[in-house]
Amino acid sequence: MHPAILGLVTIAIGVGGCVGYFYLSNMVLDHVIFPARGPNAGKNINRANQIRPWLFLFPALFALCLYLAYPVVETLRLSLTDRDADGAFVGLANYTQMMSEAKFWEAMRNNMLWLIVVPALSTAFGLLAAQLTDRIRWGNLAKSLIFMPMAISFVGAAVIWKLVYDARPAGTDQIGILNAVYIWMTGAEPQTWLTLPFWNSFFLMAVLVWIQTGFAMVILSAALRGIPEETVEAAIVDGAGPMQIFFKIKVPQIKSTIMVVWTTITLVVLKVFDIVFAMTNGQWETQVLANYMYDKLFRSNDWGVGSAAAMVIMLLVLPILIWNVRNARQEMR
Amino acid sequence: MTQLKLSDVGKTYGGSVEVLKDINLDIDTGELIVFVGPSGCGKSTLLRMIAGLEQISSGQLEIDGQLVNDVPPAQRGIAMVFQSYALYPHMTVRENMAFALKLANKGKAEIDAAITRAAKMLQLEPYLDRLPKALSGGQRQRVAIGRSIVRDPKVFLFDEPLSNLDAALRVATRIEIAQLKEQMPDRTMIYVTHDQVEAMTLASRIVVLANKGIAQVGTPLELYERPNSEFVAQFIGSPAMNLMPGEVIATGTQTRVRLEGGGEALSDYPTTDSDMGLKVNVGVRPEDFIETDEAMLFEGQVDITEKLGEVTLLYFNRTEDDPVIAKLPGVHRGMRGQAVRLTAAPDKIHLFASGQSLLYR
Ligand SMILES: Nc1ncnc2c1ncn2[C@@H]1O[C@H](COP(=O)(O)OP(=O)(O)O)[C@@H](O)[C@H]1O
Ligand SMILES: [Mg+2]
Repeated sequence: MHPAILGLVTIAIGVGGCVGYFYLSNMVLDHVIFPARGPNAGKNINRANQIRPWLFLFPALFALCLYLAYPVVETLRLSLTDRDADGAFVGLANYTQMMSEAKFWEAMRNNMLWLIVVPALSTAFGLLAAQLTDRIRWGNLAKSLIFMPMAISFVGAAVIWKLVYDARPAGTDQIGILNAVYIWMTGAEPQTWLTLPFWNSFFLMAVLVWIQTGFAMVILSAALRGIPEETVEAAIVDGAGPMQIFFKIKVPQIKSTIMVVWTTITLVVLKVFDIVFAMTNGQWETQVLANYMYDKLFRSNDWGVGSAAAMVIMLLVLPILIWNVRNARQEMR
Repeated sequence: MTQLKLSDVGKTYGGSVEVLKDINLDIDTGELIVFVGPSGCGKSTLLRMIAGLEQISSGQLEIDGQLVNDVPPAQRGIAMVFQSYALYPHMTVRENMAFALKLANKGKAEIDAAITRAAKMLQLEPYLDRLPKALSGGQRQRVAIGRSIVRDPKVFLFDEPLSNLDAALRVATRIEIAQLKEQMPDRTMIYVTHDQVEAMTLASRIVVLANKGIAQVGTPLELYERPNSEFVAQFIGSPAMNLMPGEVIATGTQTRVRLEGGGEALSDYPTTDSDMGLKVNVGVRPEDFIETDEAMLFEGQVDITEKLGEVTLLYFNRTEDDPVIAKLPGVHRGMRGQAVRLTAAPDKIHLFASGQSLLYR
């Protein structure tokens, strides 16, 4: 069958199946199990209403268990077993082995660097873009342009930026814009940017900052719009200049939104994989945890250490996730 | 002494939407001026132009003899209290009040003294370390006022400061503002409201705005007793002044008018011989009507009564073009459906021709 038709059929079955499930199960509940007739009509209606939420939640709960809860437990189990010993229980051996690997610590260090640099820069640029595009006529156009990278997949973005960092032998025409600018400004030899240890990590981070700035800008722009105009006017009457209004009146009022944006980007950063995978594959000291896990799991086929790495990532993400959900809930109140 | 002088001030939005034009007004030091007018007539716009939050499209604004059209708000010596209070939500009451002083690089001792004084004046001492969200509406309003007091401005600007409060609190806060003004006799206040009761009770002078301009300026009682137009006459006072069409039949120091409804009115408004036969509207405030058995001004059947205790409102001709309302003191029972004859004293009868009062010709 043609893939497009297959896709349409899948969508039809999926959507139809959902509607069918909710409609039919609801009907069975109301008419067969607890019919609103006979001597127990009132009681049956109450009982049906108590069960209904669970009925409707069931598909989502089931999918969550199957695709989220079970894999977590299974990963934990795998991280405590050994591939050489036919999956025997080995305690924390995988973890100790991982801790003794230099590559793991390199990944940890890089992840921490990413963790500081990317959320900070994305949020700062996003805030700046939100503020600067707020009042100008072509602000919406500028916003669309800044937001556009959000629509590109990480791998796609990585390919684009690989071209930016591209290096050709000295003397030939450079197609990488960074080298072109670099040579034009300094007259030096072209650099293979992605192989410069330490700095190359920052070149990779630039890609994620480029993508996430749009996200930060959209959320922060909405928050800035939500600031009561009168508080800004009151500050003007009080004698505040543009900088003071921005930093002392506006930013404090959207502080909680800034924190949500920051932590949301932090979560993305902790899981960053595609960009590193596609651009350097962790070579030249650019390894990160997710790519390290992928290396172990699918290249060395060492499910034990791979799962241990996955658990470490999850442990790092978890507190931020919980904090974020709590904050978002408070925001809604 | 004139402190604020507006000369031919006008405001046009976006080059074409004219909101205000030709505003001429002198405000003296220590006055409490109230801008009043129907919603959307440009009261806030005028106030915001004085504050410097809105560019003045045409004309001049002078404060203390200095042209301030292009002077930024903070340097005009004004402070403003906004309708929604506009407290900085992330700052405590104390920080809210200190903000302007800190920006002006005032010393810590001076700031503390100013805050303590304002807090005492407004009974805010127990709340100084609270955030605005932990305060009631009335308390927030007082913080907003406190924030303006600490700066010790020459002119206070209030934009409908009571409109977000409930009725009881509104009366209490209104009185507080009046007392505040008494404590600062040399400070000028400009107060915007659409509520004519607030205007009447607070103002030393009222400026009625309508049709992009000033309809009348005067003390509350001047506006009540000698309105210069039907608009002002009906805007000040509640229920609004009755207007009944008629024709001048005798002129002189007093004027006699025959009403289309058949009655006759004698007014203290003077007229000349040339006014004979002039079509006029006779204006009578509901509270100025008195019941009579003799020569009447108006006669009609009572459609509905509203008994408020202290007064009784009688409604006539409710469904017609010229409904009439009378307000009689005390309780009157069983008047519905009855025919009633009403008249009024000559000094309470106003005459208008083509919308303008015959007094101001
Ligand atoms: N930024 C603006 N652009 C265009 N028209 C405006 C603007 N602000 C106010 N107006 C118009 O000016 C008129 C006066 O507004 P405003 O001063 O707020 O009235 P008031 O305070 O008396 O209710 C209104 O008709 C309003 O629609
Ligand atoms: Mg207004």
